[in-house]
Amino acid sequence: MEATRKLIRKQSLEKLYNNLSADRKIYAPVISTDKQVEFRYNPAFADVTFEHVRSTLSVKNVVFPKVENLFYYTNEKTESTISVLDLNKIPEVVLWGAHPCDTASVDVLRSIFCWDIKDEFFAKRLEKLAVIGLGCHLSDEYCFCTSVGIAPDSRKGSDIFLFRLQNGDYQAEILTRKGNDIVASAPELFEPVSGEKVLLTEVKQKFDHSQVTEKLAGAFENPFWVENSLRCIGCGACAYVCPTCACFDIQDETKGKNGRRYRSWDSCGFGLFTLHTSGHNPRSVQSQRWRQRIMHKFSYMPERNDSLGCVGCGRCSSGCPVDMNIAEQLEALQNI
Amino acid sequence: MNNMIARAKELLERKTVQVVIGYEEGPTGVARPAFVTNPSGADVLIYDNRCVQNLAVYLTKPEVKRLGRMAIVATLPVIRSIMMLISELQITSDDIVVLGISADGSLLDIADIDVMQGFIEKSDLTNPSKDKELLADLNKLTPEQRLAYWQKELSKCIKCYACRQSCPMCYCIRCTVEVNQPQWIPVQANIQGNMEWHILRAMHLAGRCVSCGECGRACPVGIPCHLLTMQLVDQVHNYFKVYAGTSDNMKSVLSTYEPNDKESFII
Repeated sequence: MEATRKLIRKQSLEKLYNNLSADRKIYAPVISTDKQVEFRYNPAFADVTFEHVRSTLSVKNVVFPKVENLFYYTNEKTESTISVLDLNKIPEVVLWGAHPCDTASVDVLRSIFCWDIKDEFFAKRLEKLAVIGLGCHLSDEYCFCTSVGIAPDSRKGSDIFLFRLQNGDYQAEILTRKGNDIVASAPELFEPVSGEKVLLTEVKQKFDHSQVTEKLAGAFENPFWVENSLRCIGCGACAYVCPTCACFDIQDETKGKNGRRYRSWDSCGFGLFTLHTSGHNPRSVQSQRWRQRIMHKFSYMPERNDSLGCVGCGRCSSGCPVDMNIAEQLEALQNI
Repeated sequence: MNNMIARAKELLERKTVQVVIGYEEGPTGVARPAFVTNPSGADVLIYDNRCVQNLAVYLTKPEVKRLGRMAIVATLPVIRSIMMLISELQITSDDIVVLGISADGSLLDIADIDVMQGFIEKSDLTNPSKDKELLADLNKLTPEQRLAYWQKELSKCIKCYACRQSCPMCYCIRCTVEVNQPQWIPVQANIQGNMEWHILRAMHLAGRCVSCGECGRACPVGIPCHLLTMQLVDQVHNYFKVYAGTSDNMKSVLSTYEPNDKESFII
């Protein structure tokens, strides 16, 4: 559908927020007491921040929760009964105030979870999700969205996209049917656009991702990986804060007769990740795991999923305890 | 500073070591570990108040060890970690050359065991003062309030294990949480699993933690998990009059029995 533009004033935004929270959950960013920016379900509008560069964790939790129950079971002597979850109980959620890197990441996750077999948990959460994106008027030295084909005003993944105006009001671009439905629920809050200037930050391009992808094709045995991963301590921080890392672990947890099977976030940075039952580990050292991380996002995904596995949010680098700066490494890879 | 670069170059030129582990400045201005393998590369080395990471964690990493004999830039917590790693037979003093850094930032003599021990004896081994204050505040709470505090903090944990990976004393090739037949600690990041993990981690570091604070610094979601191990630093000292990493022949506090051990904690 063709996008329409409307003006929405700050106070109308609050009304819209409260309207929406009446019949669905809202996942919105707040600044917590210890100065971390985190997305929470249903915070009070007064606590919702419009002034953050990035949240510490990405928004992937909304479609790919850190723990997802898959089914419950009861074990009797010789038989097990499985009770399946009713996915229709997954609530409708509005993802509120997500920046373009985060809104774009939902589609990257879709390319993974709906690649061949459609993951029904992910697909249902996506179906129930409406996204109100927010253009970036702030950025920092870790941002590199423009190097991976995204920009501070990218609408990809948004149903409604908000631009911050100079006077503190917002311009709303209504992009999809879901967005239209939201507007139709409170049309009086949306006014004709004003001539007010849109505030947007600039993010400098650091590398050319298609050149990186090309270079990676012949870089598997390059000494680059060992040289540039010596300081990696092998934690999962980068993968867990990443909006597009989708690896998970599946576990059973049983108490007496009853139990459940769930999946939870996992990371290819861990030594256990590829450990075989035989004891052999095809990625036995950290450089091989670091290579996998980069290769997966910039070589295998473009080839298999027709999508880059990175949205340039910079979280992996700002959250890394030892400054494994991914943009710096990709820039170097472009020139090997 | 120039001293350190000169010393690093000399060590590499004479092939006394094959790698110098120190600090360099990253593109965003933060200090990060550097692994210098040839003399001309030593100019990247820096040392200033941004250089806080405990570099001893790299002394047991396979790919760093593979480079050959190591020199390491070492502040007090790093030196104490080295003493612990020698005590626990993870490295020998022959494996490494220690470029000690004193509290005022100047380079110590190349530190053999005696120099390190002398330096440690002259140093304050208690927890850093800002952490002492935080611990004092926590210890004023009732047990219920303290439990509530930790439940709230640990509910943020995403089980990325940055706390474990950044710790020089967490060198196990296979951590208990990775033993999954049976699964001792829940894999998922929920409050029960998170509490179990952090209690287990703290207990494994009792009598071994050198108060570097690296685990808390490494945590991407800002949990002050270093306060758990630092609380045990105080308790171990209270009961056993021992601080970790003060000699190269430390006995393991929690697995060594002495007839005169205090038993006041046994109910």
